[in-house]
Formats: sequence, C-alpha cells, structure tokens
Amino acid sequence: MLLASLVEPSFGLIFWMTLSFLVVLFILAKFAWKPILNGLKEREASIADALNEARKAREENAAMMAKNEDLMRQAREEREVLLKEARDIRDREIAGAKAKAKAEGDALLARAREEIRNEKNAAITEMKNQVAELSILVAERILKEKLGDAAAQKALVDKVISEADLRKS
Amino acid sequence: MKILEEVDPPLRDESYLRGRKQGYPPPVMSIPNLLRAASLLIGSLLFGAANAQHEGHGQVPQHDVVDSTVAAVVAADTDAPKLALEEAEHGGRFDAGKLIMGHIGDEHGWHLWGHTTLPLPIIVYNTERGVSVFSSSHFDHGHKTYGGYMLHEGSIVATKAEDGTDVHHATIDEPLTKATWDISITKNVMSLFISLAILLFVFIGVAKAYTRRAGQAPTGFQNLVEPIILFVRDDVAKSAIGPKYMTFMPYLLTAFFFIFLNNLLGLVPFFPGGANLTGNIAVTLVLALITFIIVTVKGNKHYWHHILAMPGVPGWVLFILTPVEILGMFLKPFVLMIRLFANITAGHIIALSFFSLIFVFGETNAGAGYGVSVMSLAFTVFMTMLELLVAFIQAYVFTFLSAMYIGAAVEEPHHH
Repeated sequence: MLLASLVEPSFGLIFWMTLSFLVVLFILAKFAWKPILNGLKEREASIADALNEARKAREENAAMMAKNEDLMRQAREEREVLLKEARDIRDREIAGAKAKAKAEGDALLARAREEIRNEKNAAITEMKNQVAELSILVAERILKEKLGDAAAQKALVDKVISEADLRKS
Repeated sequence: MKILEEVDPPLRDESYLRGRKQGYPPPVMSIPNLLRAASLLIGSLLFGAANAQHEGHGQVPQHDVVDSTVAAVVAADTDAPKLALEEAEHGGRFDAGKLIMGHIGDEHGWHLWGHTTLPLPIIVYNTERGVSVFSSSHFDHGHKTYGGYMLHEGSIVATKAEDGTDVHHATIDEPLTKATWDISITKNVMSLFISLAILLFVFIGVAKAYTRRAGQAPTGFQNLVEPIILFVRDDVAKSAIGPKYMTFMPYLLTAFFFIFLNNLLGLVPFFPGGANLTGNIAVTLVLALITFIIVTVKGNKHYWHHILAMPGVPGWVLFILTPVEILGMFLKPFVLMIRLFANITAGHIIALSFFSLIFVFGETNAGAGYGVSVMSLAFTVFMTMLELLVAFIQAYVFTFLSAMYIGAAVEEPHHH
C-alpha cells in the first residue's frame, strides 16, 4: 500500500506545492532574480566597458605618444633651422660689421693720410717760406755786409748772372 | 532485537507496521543507474496492482485478528502490553521495506527522534463537515481518532467514532472519506515551506547585495550562488532557448535551486532535512506541469505547426506522426516528472537498503549485525556521495530539459 502511494500524488501536497511554489516563484522573480540578473548584466556591461575604455585609452596613449614624438621631432627640426638662421645672421652681421669697420678704418686712414699730406705740404710750404725768409734775411745780412760797397755788389751780380746762365743752359 | 530497539524506535510505530502483514518483500534494487528508475517504476506499479487485489480479501480477516488482540490489550491498558502487541504484530522481525517506505514517504507530524514527533497542523476540508484544523498530535501517532477523522495507512479517513477512540475500534466511513480533501501541513509540506523560506531568505539577501554593491565584485554568499546562476543562464537557458531566454530565467532559476536545495535537504538525515520532497511524485508533477504550461502557452506558430502537421512529410505519414507528436507533448513533461522522482527516490532506497542490512543481519546475530555495519556504512557513505552528485545532476537535467522544451516551443523558423 505504501509503495503504491509513492507513485500516487497526494492532493494536499499538490495543492500546497502549486500554491507556495508559484507564490515563491513570483516573489523571487520580482525581488531576487530581477535585481540579480540585472546586476549581473550591468556588471558584465561595466566590465566590458572598462575593458573597451582601457583599450581605447591605450590606443589614445599610443597615438599621443606618437604625436608627442612627432612634435618633438618638429621642434628639434625647427630649432635646427632657427639655430642655423641665427648662425647665418650672426655671420652676416659679423661680416657686415667687419666690412663696415674696415671701410671706416680705411676712410679714417685715408683722411689721416690726406691730413698728413696736407700738413706736410703746409709744413713744407712754411718751411720753404721760412727758409726763403731766412735766406732773404741771411742774404740781406750777407748782402748788407758784403755788398756794402758798390764794387762788391757789382762782382756779385756778375757772378750770379754767370751762374744763372749756366743753370739755364 | 536489542540493536533495533536502541537505534530505530520508529520501527515500532504502528503506522509503519500496519499493512505489513500483507508480507511484501522489500523491493530489490538493481544498482545500475539506467535500470533503477525503470525497475522502481515497474516494481511499484506491480506492487500497487497486487496490493489493490489483496485489499479486497486480505483486509477483513486481518482486522479481525488485530481487533481481538487489541481488545485484550486495551483491557490491560498499560504500556508493556502495547509493546508486546507491536512485537506480536510484526512478529518481532525487522521489515526493511517498511522502514524505507516510511522514510521516503510522507507523514502527518514530523518524527524527529525516538518518541519525539513534531506535531503538524491537520487541515481537512469535507464537503459535508466543512473545514477542520487541529494538531496532528491529537491522532497520537495514528492510534487515536480526532474530530471525526483518523489515520489509516498514512492517509486521513473520516470516521463516525468519538474523539480518542482507538483506531482499531473505529470504522472508516467510506462516503464521508470520499468527500474529504486533506490539505494538511504534512512533513513534506512543512519541508516544502522550509525550503522555500530558505530560497526566499538566501536569494532576496543575495539580490540586496547586487543592488547595494552594484557593479562590484561579489562577496560572501554571492560567490556561492553566482557561478550557479551564471551556469543556469549561460549553459542552460542561453544554449537551449536562444535569444528569448530572459523571459524564462525566473522559472528556470527557481526550479533549479528548488530541486537542488531539496535534493540536498533530502540527504540530511535529521530535521529540517530528511523529507524526500523531490522524490515525491506530487512535487515533481507540479514542477513538470509548470514546464508543460509554459511550453503550451508560449509555443509559437512554428511549434504548433510542427506538432500538428510536420512540414515536408507526406500526408499519409501525418496520420501516424501527428498523434505521436501530440503524445510527445504530454510525454515530455511526464518523463520530467518520473525522472526526478525516480532518481531521487531510488537513491534514497538504495542508501537505506544498505543501512537496513545492518538490522537484517543483526536480527539473526548481533555480531553479524556489527560486522555488516562496517560494510553497510561504507556503502551508505558511498551512496550519499553519489547522491550529492545526483542532487546537482538531476537539478541540472530537469532545468536543462525544461529549457530544451521551452526552446523548441519558442524557436523561430529557420530561413532556408
């Protein structure tokens, strides 16, 4: 009898099982499975997002690094160019300055030479004049002493005339 | 006999002993898994039929014998003769079948240990008498009548006898019994409530953790159930149902954890475990019925088309095929019901059979009993280990096959 009752579902248990199982099913569906499954889904989504973001960040980082490298290279090139230009300018300036200085120097020198020459000429002229005056003075004195008499004057004039002739020929 | 008295007093409980006079041998179980379900089913059907035949001629003389003995005993009205009566009634012999059936069956009141039984509410609705609610302790382990009812072979029957009459003096009122609907909180119903309460407690708690710690790594109990939830979602629902799996997740998860928990509770030999809930056909019937209803309600045009008129099959074959398909519609949930019931019950029967060997041998010789106990214990431990595995596998198989049936019902036609 007991063995037969094993395969004979009892009404009471079917009743309670149906009632309580369905009630629990609905309660669990609403208050347990929904938040759990949503939570799992959200977490999985957030993990996937995080992984994606990490990959994106890595890619961005790599791009940034490449860009940085590029910028650095450009900056270096620019610096090279600038340096070269600066060097050129300096060289040009120096060369210009040198040329100017040389020209100025030359001009100064030339002026100096001119002045020297002028001074020399003036000095020579003056010297000539003084020599001439002196000579005149000397000559006057001599003349005064030597040509105090008419004979002496006559002798001299003769002599000068002869000499002058000689010199002229 | 001494071992018996010490170790298993419920054996003397009359509810186990009544009817054993009919002398059925304990069921012999073949060990191979494939055979055991079939043998149990066929076996029980045969026993059932044989039993029904017996009832007709067997009962009357049996009652006469019992009644005369009881009359003598009740006159003495002490405990000792009562024990003697029980001894006499089962001839002082240990009945493994009775023990096993008692353990895997249902009872009004929950036997805890020794003579201690947890009384449970009896709720009876009778179309003539109305609703009666009282404690199962009034039945005094099935010895007494109360409120116009008494226990007969584990089930409640109506009687016209006064309260407190010994059941052997009370006669069953057949027409009233037919009008009686027993919705008592039996051991299995109590166990059902306990397991559902555990499910509610655990999973609402876990759900709170998911909302409180949204997006964070699981902690504590979440760690225990999350892999199983993911397993049910990914390996059961997603793989068997496909893109529409989300609708059916609540049922599949509830069914899985309900079966798994109760399979495990059934392995615990003491309160609050010990009830053989998933090995009870009423429980598996309801579960299978829910699957059947889901499949039938959610079945789409494609599904019904395949059942009623399989496309690409010549007309005359449909005369054979359509009835087969319609039969299959009912057979699938029926097999779900039988599979879970038979697997769990068979496992319990085998474990208890090994255990019973101790007492069968102990009855002939105490020494033999002790000797066999070593081997029996080893086998019982082995069986329990196996049952732990079966507990999970059967929960998985039930859920997976349910998901398969649902999957077949909601599958969209393939575009060729």
